[in-house]
Amino acid sequence: MTQDLTLAAIIIGILHSGIRLATPYLYASIGEMFAQRSGVLNLGVDGIMLMGAFFGFYSVYQTGNVWVGVLAALVVGALMGLLMSVVSITLQAEQGISGIGLYMFGLGLSSLLFKTVLGTVEGVQGFSEIKFQITPTISLYDIPILGPIFFNHSVLTYGAFLLVPLAVFVLDKTTWGLKIKAAGQNPEAADSLGVNVTVVRYVAVTLGAALAGLAGASLSISLLNIFQENMTNGMGFIAVALVYFGSWRPYGVLAGALLFSTVNALQLWAQVLNLPIPSDVAVMLPYLLTIIALAMPFRRAAQPAALTRPFTRGEN
Amino acid sequence: MTTTENLLPSGLPRIEHLEMRQITKRFPGVLANDHVDFDVRAGEIHALLGENGAGKSTLMKILYGLYQPDEGDIYINGERVAIQSPTDAIRHGIGMIHQHFMLVETVTVAENVALGLRAPHEPLLDLATVSKRIVELADRYGLQVDPGAVIHDLAVGERQRVEIIKALYRGAALLILDEPTAVLTPQEVEDLFQIFRHMAEEGHALIFISHKMDEIFALTDRVTVLRDGRVIGTKQTKETNKRELARMMVGREVLFTREKKPIQPGEVRLKLEHVNVVGKNNLPVLKDISFEVRSGEILGVAGVSGNGQRPLAESIVGLQHIASGHVYIEGKEVTHFPPAEMYKIGLSYIPEERMHDGVIKDFSVADNAILQDHERPPFSRGIFLNFKAIEDHARELVRTFRIKTPGLKTPVKNLSGGNIQKLILARELSRGPRVLIAAQPTRGVDIGATEYIHARLLEQREQGLATLLISEDLDEVKALSDRIMVLYRGEIMGIVEAEKVTIEELGLMMAGEKRLTVETSAS
Repeated sequence: MTQDLTLAAIIIGILHSGIRLATPYLYASIGEMFAQRSGVLNLGVDGIMLMGAFFGFYSVYQTGNVWVGVLAALVVGALMGLLMSVVSITLQAEQGISGIGLYMFGLGLSSLLFKTVLGTVEGVQGFSEIKFQITPTISLYDIPILGPIFFNHSVLTYGAFLLVPLAVFVLDKTTWGLKIKAAGQNPEAADSLGVNVTVVRYVAVTLGAALAGLAGASLSISLLNIFQENMTNGMGFIAVALVYFGSWRPYGVLAGALLFSTVNALQLWAQVLNLPIPSDVAVMLPYLLTIIALAMPFRRAAQPAALTRPFTRGEN
Repeated sequence: MTTTENLLPSGLPRIEHLEMRQITKRFPGVLANDHVDFDVRAGEIHALLGENGAGKSTLMKILYGLYQPDEGDIYINGERVAIQSPTDAIRHGIGMIHQHFMLVETVTVAENVALGLRAPHEPLLDLATVSKRIVELADRYGLQVDPGAVIHDLAVGERQRVEIIKALYRGAALLILDEPTAVLTPQEVEDLFQIFRHMAEEGHALIFISHKMDEIFALTDRVTVLRDGRVIGTKQTKETNKRELARMMVGREVLFTREKKPIQPGEVRLKLEHVNVVGKNNLPVLKDISFEVRSGEILGVAGVSGNGQRPLAESIVGLQHIASGHVYIEGKEVTHFPPAEMYKIGLSYIPEERMHDGVIKDFSVADNAILQDHERPPFSRGIFLNFKAIEDHARELVRTFRIKTPGLKTPVKNLSGGNIQKLILARELSRGPRVLIAAQPTRGVDIGATEYIHARLLEQREQGLATLLISEDLDEVKALSDRIMVLYRGEIMGIVEAEKVTIEELGLMMAGEKRLTVETSAS
């Protein structure tokens, strides 16, 4: 009996962590998806996340207001996105290389700021969990099984999941979404109809980077409530991979993010429970899964035709 | 009535008269447009004729706001206008149908039309209203198309109609048509011309860019000829003829009909038996292909682009895998031979994508002249290249094929399309081939070079070469071939004698509506 309960608790724990850990991936991947749909591959996501994580954390550390942290992360992310836009869109630098450059810039600057401004790892009071209190005594959290899995997360986690249908709406139901898709698929066609491809790509990259900044902050002021050097540990690169995994569709990205974070949660719990699996193998699992999924050839078909191709009017 | 006199059926104002005056445009090292005067009136179809590089596209890109002129002005109904971007052009009622379709393939017809337009409730897309207006326009102009269809799934002719609707939807009073018939069957071309004539009757002004003489005479009212960036002259179409226009274009007399000497074909050089090729997504791209080409014979392959021509050429050369069937060259089975082996036993190949498959564009003329043979004497000894032999060979090719190049070390990408094609032809013919596969040998090549290439192909035929000539230009196929094979969706619709078949019959076969088999010279 007790064993059954424990097993149920473990499963609930894994699913809860899976949803929770999907938060940064969702913000970063949905943001990156917008950049890529407009034709720009931004490989600097991880660096942007680190900058967002630092500034989000530091703002909360100074003001105690989590929303100031969110705002700071969005603004810093957007600024990093503008930098990427200038280099890759206006100056037409090779996108893969400039993205790596942006990553190293973000990694280095966030570490430097950490060392000079904070010096040691500190904690803050970040976002707290919402349990959807309906009356003072009843909350959605009290629903058996489902409550602890779904109704015990922070605002940023719920926001990340709401972002998915919102992204679908923007892509498929708005003129902006259409312009972004056109810029990434056939920029010459968009240009010939009076769409300013440069502006569309700037907006998509900058918006995507702002979301990457928020992804970083979701780590430092919601999931972990600390900042340390290189705390993303390559998450931003996984986020880029998830865009490919999800075939450039928001729901595909969602599926990828959940799969990845759930396997990750499984792996963490396997270590916590001391299961007889070598921890190196366990840690490797999610990455292995990503490689296998990315190797599936059919995903290529959905790739925006003009991805990584700079646009200049009159050249074709 | 008086109030609607100056309006188009769409309710938008007409462009009574558009004038481009003294337009000059310089690119580094090139004077693309040299004080060009050009004008078009409502209800008129005005042809713009000229060889590649004559400056037609530059002039039209200036009119559509894609380029800015260095000198000169544009006037609409007598008023000077500044057109600095396509947005300006569209606002002034100018639309352009580009040679390469400007469509976003992954979204619907309605979304392509809506792209770039202000929606009534920005930023919400209003596809229902757009679709309704598309259907109205389609009915009025005879442009049948389903607004909900994704461009992916549409045939070439339908995509063309979407392009026209896009322009009409934006209230285009003047339409620039940049070689709009390049990829259509003769019947589709006729339908399209009906639409253009109807538009002109409704009061639209049309500028028609083409290098196909027959189309100019079938469709247009006036024709302006450009050469080397200058206007050579403007004529009423009725008052001129092919010969005169060709002379204006090229600057000298052009031979249109080249005498094809009757030749008794010799032994079978190339033979395919029941060849099947499977493409991407496991779909068949060639189905049960069997034919022969004999010594001294040109077998033409006609068909609308994408009906198996490319897999046909590439599977013979060894660039695509043959799923089943056999290929023979001079009686020897060569199925699944890699390209290097095929070249060794006497096959030569002029690929359809000249810049992509025919040359290495950053390499010099000399290096490109020995691409397949660089490992063989006299061009190399052991692992060392023999530069003297290579240059001598290249110099000889440049001389005998009259290739215009600044030097043998010039990167091929700096040559004109016609000269690159001559270089490829020279390389392939100088190898002493037994069989030649020539895919689109004159596509995008100017009249002068085309004339030359045709002459060389016929000369080789007289010397006994077996040629498989794949071309989308029906006039070319008819003029050069002894027999014509029509491909439709990877199947042979028939092999007919070139002299007996009519363009109409070929058109029906190309559209898959008719099968004909008059197997004669083979067997």
